[in-house]
Amino acid sequence: MSKLDIDFGLVAECRASASQIAGQVSEEIAGKTTVSVERTITRLLGVDGANELEAPLPNVLVDHVRDHGELGRGIAYWIGNALLADPDATPQTIAEAVDRGELDLCALARAGDDAIGMRAMRECEQRIECMSADMRERRELRDRLGEHPPPLRYVLTATGNVYEDVVHGLAVAQAGGDIVAVIRSTAQSLLDYVPFGPTTEGYGGTFATQANFAIMREALDEWSAKHGRYVRLSSFCSGLCMPEIAAMGAIEGFDNMVNDALYGILYRDINPVRGLIDQRVSRMINGYFGVVINTGEDNYLRTADAIEAAPSVTASQFINRQLALDSGVPDAQIALGDAYEIDTPVANSLLLEWAQAQLTRELFPDCPVKYMPPTRHMDGNLYRTHATDSLFNLVTIATGQGIQTIGVPTEGIFTPHVHDRVIGLENVNYVFNAARDLGEEIEFKPGGIIQTRAQEVLAGAHALLAQIAENGLFAALGDGVFGDVPRQIDEGRGTEGIVEVDDGYLNPVTELMRGATSHA
Amino acid sequence: MPEPSTRKPIDLSKVKPYADHLGDGIVQMSFTLPVPYGLAARKAAQELAAKMGFEHPEVVHYQELTDGYTYFVMFGEATQTVDYSTLSDEGFDVEYMGEDEIEAFANRRIGRPIVVVGAATGTDTHSVGIDAMLNLKGFHGHHGLEGYKAFQTHNLGSQVPNSVLVSRAIDLDADAILVSQTVTQQNLHIANLTELVEIVEAEGRRKQLILTCGGPRVSNELAKELGFDAGFSKGTYPHHVASFIVRELAARIDRTDG
Repeated sequence: MSKLDIDFGLVAECRASASQIAGQVSEEIAGKTTVSVERTITRLLGVDGANELEAPLPNVLVDHVRDHGELGRGIAYWIGNALLADPDATPQTIAEAVDRGELDLCALARAGDDAIGMRAMRECEQRIECMSADMRERRELRDRLGEHPPPLRYVLTATGNVYEDVVHGLAVAQAGGDIVAVIRSTAQSLLDYVPFGPTTEGYGGTFATQANFAIMREALDEWSAKHGRYVRLSSFCSGLCMPEIAAMGAIEGFDNMVNDALYGILYRDINPVRGLIDQRVSRMINGYFGVVINTGEDNYLRTADAIEAAPSVTASQFINRQLALDSGVPDAQIALGDAYEIDTPVANSLLLEWAQAQLTRELFPDCPVKYMPPTRHMDGNLYRTHATDSLFNLVTIATGQGIQTIGVPTEGIFTPHVHDRVIGLENVNYVFNAARDLGEEIEFKPGGIIQTRAQEVLAGAHALLAQIAENGLFAALGDGVFGDVPRQIDEGRGTEGIVEVDDGYLNPVTELMRGATSHA
Repeated sequence: MPEPSTRKPIDLSKVKPYADHLGDGIVQMSFTLPVPYGLAARKAAQELAAKMGFEHPEVVHYQELTDGYTYFVMFGEATQTVDYSTLSDEGFDVEYMGEDEIEAFANRRIGRPIVVVGAATGTDTHSVGIDAMLNLKGFHGHHGLEGYKAFQTHNLGSQVPNSVLVSRAIDLDADAILVSQTVTQQNLHIANLTELVEIVEAEGRRKQLILTCGGPRVSNELAKELGFDAGFSKGTYPHHVASFIVRELAARIDRTDG
């Protein structure tokens, strides 16, 4: 039942448009892979580590084949062939031999395509079955220890030093946080490799490395076991290494991942085709291992006006969801993004926010939704920010959002300090408890401000989706429809990492995961 | 009823914080110590505040954050004073012009489009500041410089290396550079802003280019110390930046002509 009296015929048409748009994206990215997708395959086959020059071995391996102009067959083809050539070899020993210059994958005698395909698939199945078993065990642990009821409180840490992040993460857990997300160093999104090893220096965040992932995971698992409540861990599948981070997160047992189809394109100027190929594989991996993804529509409201741009947020939610479904992520794992970003002097801003938040819930009842706090208009007046966060928390609980990124009073001043995050959580805990069942008690006045606003936003999104379906997503990106940021199909970072695939292209990961989930 | 006694005049040569009564010196502070929660932690916080020069330091709230970390909210009475009477609004006593005044001023005194190149530099991914100043949409209903006839703007976005920003400014024969810095952890912004000035000087362009920077922890004083012409903090609107640039450019043109 709709509290907003929205027209579900219109909603069905929005879904149809989104489906058409996602179909066009699939056509555009078909027949292409990227260097990061190929590196992801090596990681899932067990390749890890870095050489003396700090070049990660997945890069060494993929660049080696690429330099021969042979990446169009897929890295799995060359690894499969090398495995057949040497029964004692593993993908890791192959990568090490290539790095030492002792092995040229493209110079080996070639086995038959079928034999190579089967060998690569066997390797892939074994590795992925191990990871799936770990993930099953983790889900059992989560069920056994239990979690808070939703909305789950999602809290960031961003010190730059993974060992400090552990202190912050534990403080956040103690104050009732449900999901700890270590923000990546701002520099990382444009690196076309994943740094190796634990890191103690970074700005605006901590490098996402597999070692850092493992350190944080261990600390939170220990806390969870000791205190009898499971705390989730999240990172960011974003930038030029979206799919690799999905693989690393799966290996280290991450529960959630930020994973937006368009964020890197819009805000890191990543080439649209590169970004959409990478998101497809990245999300496929998240979906397969039962990881909940968070999309990033909230970001549009940091560069565009929150009132005017509301229909573009809703339209993007439809598109992001459809792209996730097409990558094999089920609704229950798609936390669509939304944010409380209307400027504070606007009269009835609470009502407008309430309308938008309720609309998102009603449009996507099976998706958890990740609701983001006010940041854009927050300034050095931290008491005002704290007050604004209280209203944000009220809307979150009353509209039943699945995940909430908590607001922090020092938002917009500096990377918040450990006690700021705890104070933010205390506000959340108070409001969630005080208004626990408010949503059940509320109905909206027919034709009132909230219903009218929600209907207007939906109508705007409907028109926008119809227009995008007609002209295509790439044209919409070129016109700056999302976040007021225009991006062209043939420009942007990482374009050189797109590879046209040959007829014999081999990708056992996609073959294995397409249309399947390990826990289904 | 007795006559209410008038309050003592404020001695501006000896100013201290004001909370309830003139001269009480009360300061509120909060911080975390890396020590376990307990009475010894409370005592440590009080001792620390006393060493910082506060009299009657009082812990009004303290709590454990996690094992080995305790958070405090405290009050104390400042014993130090400052001599306000000798200080002035150094540097930024510019009277800001409105959008129309800026257009008229630029038209009269400069008479050609003023080229401004802006970016969030270094590894900083935050474009919110530079977008607010340069893009047409601006901020809080104030147009960015793109919306002025007087300016020709080039917003290079975020994560722009300082060297790229400077070479673009040279190619475009820019009058002014506007840099935004949002990430300030471990004073990253200072190193980054310093590098920009060094590059501009190495290119021999310091005299031609007006250098401005902005961000939540950038002040005009800091900017000048680092070799910029002006710095803008939180609460800055595009017309503040525009006022500074048109006045500074007009002054430079006058100096050259004179």
